[in-house]
Amino acid sequence: MKPRGMRTDTAGSPRRPWSLYIGAGGVILLVGSALLAPWIAPYAEGQFVGGVWDLPSAASWLGTDNDGRDMLTRVLFGTRTTVSIALLATVLALAVGIGFGVVAGAVGGWLDELLSRCVDILLAIPVLISALIVLSVLGTSTPVLIGTIGLLEATRVYVVARAVARSVNVQPFVQVARLRGEALPWIIGRELLPNAAGPLIAEGGLRFCFIFLFIASLSFLGLGIQPPTADLGSMVRENAQAINFGLMAPLYPAAAIALLTAGINLVVDWLLAAQSRPHGHGIEL
Amino acid sequence: MSDVLRMEGLRVEARGGRVLVDDVDLSLSKGEVLGLIGESGAGKSTLGLAALAYARPGCRITGGSILLGGVDLCALDAAGRRAIRGTRVAYLAQSAAAAFNPAIRIGAQVCEGPIRHGLMSPKAAQAHAVELFTALDLPQPQEFGSRYPHQVSGGQLQRAMTAMAIACRPEVLVLDEPTTALDVTTQIDVLVMLKRIIARYDMSALYVSHDLAVIAQIADRIMVLRHGRCVESGPTAQVLSAPRTDYARALIAERRAPESVTGVSTANAPGAPPPPPLLEVHDLHVGHAGQPIVKAVAFTLARGETLAIVGESGSGKTTLANAICGQTAASVGRLHFAGEPLAAHFSARGREQLRRIQLVLQSPDIALNPRHSIDLILGRPLRFYFGLRDTALRSRVAELLLLVGLNPDLASRTPGQLSGGQKQRICIARALAARPDLIVCDEITSALDPLVAEDILVLLRRLQAELGTAYLFITHDLGSVRRIADRVLVMRQGSIVTLGSTADVLTRPAHPYLRKLLASQPQMRAGWLEEVLAAR
Amino acid sequence: MKAPALRRLLVRRLLFGLLSLLVVSALLFFATNLLPGDVATALLGQQATPESLLRLRLELGLDQPAWLRYVHWFIRLLHGDFGTSLASGRSVVSELLPRLGNTLILAAVAGAIAVPLSVGLGLISAMREGGLVDRALSLLCVLTISTPEFLLGYVLIGAFAIELGWLPSLAVISPGMTLLERAAAITLPVCTLVLVVMAHMLRMTRASVLSVMAAPYVEMAYLKGLRRSTVILRHALPNSAAPIIAVVTLNLGYLVVGVVVVEVVFVYPGAGQLLVDAVAKRDLPLVQACGLIFAAIYIALNVTADMLALWASPRLRHETLRHET
Repeated sequence: MKPRGMRTDTAGSPRRPWSLYIGAGGVILLVGSALLAPWIAPYAEGQFVGGVWDLPSAASWLGTDNDGRDMLTRVLFGTRTTVSIALLATVLALAVGIGFGVVAGAVGGWLDELLSRCVDILLAIPVLISALIVLSVLGTSTPVLIGTIGLLEATRVYVVARAVARSVNVQPFVQVARLRGEALPWIIGRELLPNAAGPLIAEGGLRFCFIFLFIASLSFLGLGIQPPTADLGSMVRENAQAINFGLMAPLYPAAAIALLTAGINLVVDWLLAAQSRPHGHGIEL
Repeated sequence: MSDVLRMEGLRVEARGGRVLVDDVDLSLSKGEVLGLIGESGAGKSTLGLAALAYARPGCRITGGSILLGGVDLCALDAAGRRAIRGTRVAYLAQSAAAAFNPAIRIGAQVCEGPIRHGLMSPKAAQAHAVELFTALDLPQPQEFGSRYPHQVSGGQLQRAMTAMAIACRPEVLVLDEPTTALDVTTQIDVLVMLKRIIARYDMSALYVSHDLAVIAQIADRIMVLRHGRCVESGPTAQVLSAPRTDYARALIAERRAPESVTGVSTANAPGAPPPPPLLEVHDLHVGHAGQPIVKAVAFTLARGETLAIVGESGSGKTTLANAICGQTAASVGRLHFAGEPLAAHFSARGREQLRRIQLVLQSPDIALNPRHSIDLILGRPLRFYFGLRDTALRSRVAELLLLVGLNPDLASRTPGQLSGGQKQRICIARALAARPDLIVCDEITSALDPLVAEDILVLLRRLQAELGTAYLFITHDLGSVRRIADRVLVMRQGSIVTLGSTADVLTRPAHPYLRKLLASQPQMRAGWLEEVLAAR
Repeated sequence: MKAPALRRLLVRRLLFGLLSLLVVSALLFFATNLLPGDVATALLGQQATPESLLRLRLELGLDQPAWLRYVHWFIRLLHGDFGTSLASGRSVVSELLPRLGNTLILAAVAGAIAVPLSVGLGLISAMREGGLVDRALSLLCVLTISTPEFLLGYVLIGAFAIELGWLPSLAVISPGMTLLERAAAITLPVCTLVLVVMAHMLRMTRASVLSVMAAPYVEMAYLKGLRRSTVILRHALPNSAAPIIAVVTLNLGYLVVGVVVVEVVFVYPGAGQLLVDAVAKRDLPLVQACGLIFAAIYIALNVTADMLALWASPRLRHETLRHET
């Protein structure tokens, strides 16, 4: 009796649930419009167009913020800023994490032991705390932000990349390649990585979500991206008081964060489910 | 109707419309054992599970009726189906270790059925369990139930699984390949136990297997399945002696073949001096975590010769193969290849030595990189060892594919698109690409269906005749040894028991263990099982 | 009587936790002392004169080598002396302790509600896999995970405090309040925290149970005629206890992080708020102390998670010699 794990997904066909389309659609919409912000935003980034916390009108679709700037413009530019920074940090995290993780998983031995112990210790510290420490020391400029978060998150990516590399490494086809006399670059590049692509891409998506939320949270705490650069987290902080007047101002930038993250989560969920599904192996008869 | 179980026009489909069981009729009378034989994909397990009105996740029973004592199981609701499972029809899985929950004591799991179905009180169920343990010859029946599955041996767990299945005194037992994963010598004990239980409690049984010889010993009637359809059925003796369909004939012929062939003769010119050996192994010891696994093994292998290394689980044959390929870390002893010393670990061997010794593994599904195309899989060794490129490379790849009996068009496919037999041929082609002197075959036919395995053995013989490659053929199946090996090395618990020519070793066994091994190979003739028992 | 293998693993894990804590303290210390420029100058700023700089350096012990300062600092820590806050001039301990209490209350209440709720709902989701309840919860989880804590906080404030006026929008705690008033004040922060961690725990519980459900002995249980709820509770749950416990404890550690943001949103006088303010003001002793406390709690929870998971693993609990045929 072989274990049978046929995952039942959310609604729709098991292969392409509608949640996937909604998620992917939302992501494309938000990221696309954010990247095109300078061209499609109604006003310039810092332009004052009205009073404080004006209600939505024809001139200003989402109303104005705490300084009288157009909220829609600010949200577009804010998304652009936060997404770009999060993307850079994610790329750094993935590059370092996958680089070290796959090598550690493929080579094993003392290198693996050493790296893994170091990473374990770094993992023991919550990211927020380490980030706060570093930022309090080095200040909150953008490069520092990207570098700090990228390297801290690289530890999380390392764990996943190493686990995936190890699981592929013990497969017989890798053993055959080794016995042929193949050197490490071939083993890692042509044998391991192509088979690790699925889980690593999913992990990349999840990392981006965490990092994106994290940067927004840091900015919200006043420790991330500094004004007057538009950034979703600090926009929430600046407009927070509007809640007391029953106004929706802080909810627009916050909703942008939530929608983008939710979209990516839905896509990653589908990716992970697609991998755990048996690949058309004959059903055990 | 004296039939205990009757299926009419049964149809089981998988998600996506694939038909697993196609319009099958089946009848089982009281006290009868019906053998379901077929290759993988034939639908035999699905049919067996259908007797419990169960279909695996992703499959559905879409048509026909299943009558258990006149009651149509398909018409029952979920509660009704639950009521008959375990109580009137019980299932014995292939692997006892997989059937038991590691977190719950054995006794609790055995008693679970009777208690949950309301047949016995907890106290009565416990007493009943102890009775069953005693009847199945388990040690210390009183305390056996308080152990956890990982605390008992494999054989004991198998008996415990049998106890669990018969705990509610079912009318029908579905036995799903219960001896497939066992060594030949243990297989007999299990077969005998099953026969005894079935007779003693007057049960009927569906026995699913792909091994005709085993079914011949235990089944009263046989049903041959292929691609979900019943191809032939009838009383055992009749089907085996006078099969009506070609497929059944092929299956029987394949299984019978080893009983006649007595090995391949070595074509050595008489009077000529023996050529220098290709591989020499002197005093090889391999250990792991302080335990010796291979002890003082020594043998030689000549060019173009096939040496079979035979043994049951725990004999050390796989470790020996690994040592020769250079994959064991702790090995002591001298190895020589073509006159040159062979380093213990492959990382210390030169590229030429690595090229001349190639390895083919048991499971072709995982021996091929799923992301590589066939022309990359075959092309890489050509490029790596010989520097071939472009047109020369492509034409050589096509040659290799033809050599192993495959269509050169397959070069652009990926392994996922090939069948098991095709994949194993690709693995052989990959080994041949390096033009080796020696190919180590590690149980290469064990995971294949009998007919497909037969083809692979024929292929290997042809290749040896054409190319003169030597084989080190690791196996546990004496049948394939007869068909392919010049000489045989029998191992037991790390040491050599016998080494000699196939004809000598198999027809004139000297060592008692070898005699027992040979005697345990199930034969298809009626009454063989009883003979073996009487001889013990 | 625990098997020796298990005991060894537990001890190893504990020691590793202590080692991590040590390393964290060292990192904290050296990181906060790596300020570009001189600490004394940075602190005195405009009022720096050569004499006052010298005095401050001696006072802070800056003339000694770094590792020696670390040792002194560590020893002082062990005696309970966390230094003096640069912003307020009071001892760090006196600043930190009352707020730490508040934070722990918040986290504890949130944890006590979130854990049974998540595990229970996760089990129900697994039992009714693919059903309406399962899909609804799944969607809710995705939304909650994607939503930053501050959004959740503001939505709750907007709904319950502003629109409905049931609860206060700021979680102001003062010593003279009654229990009921306190409870009302922390309700919204607690709800926010519960939502933050519940989604993770629920999904993980569901995933653990479902992955165990794919095991062959579960199919065997069905073939014995047991109903789904029995199979899940009696067969799947004991085997998924270990990963569920691990996830729960890990998420309690996640609470440590979430609590910081929530405290800022609701202006709750806790240690998280303190840490954020300290970082903004570059109040290094306070940052060190808060950071260390949070890290220690996080590490302690992680170690406990690992140890509980090990202890709950059926194989390790009953390891004895195997008998071979």
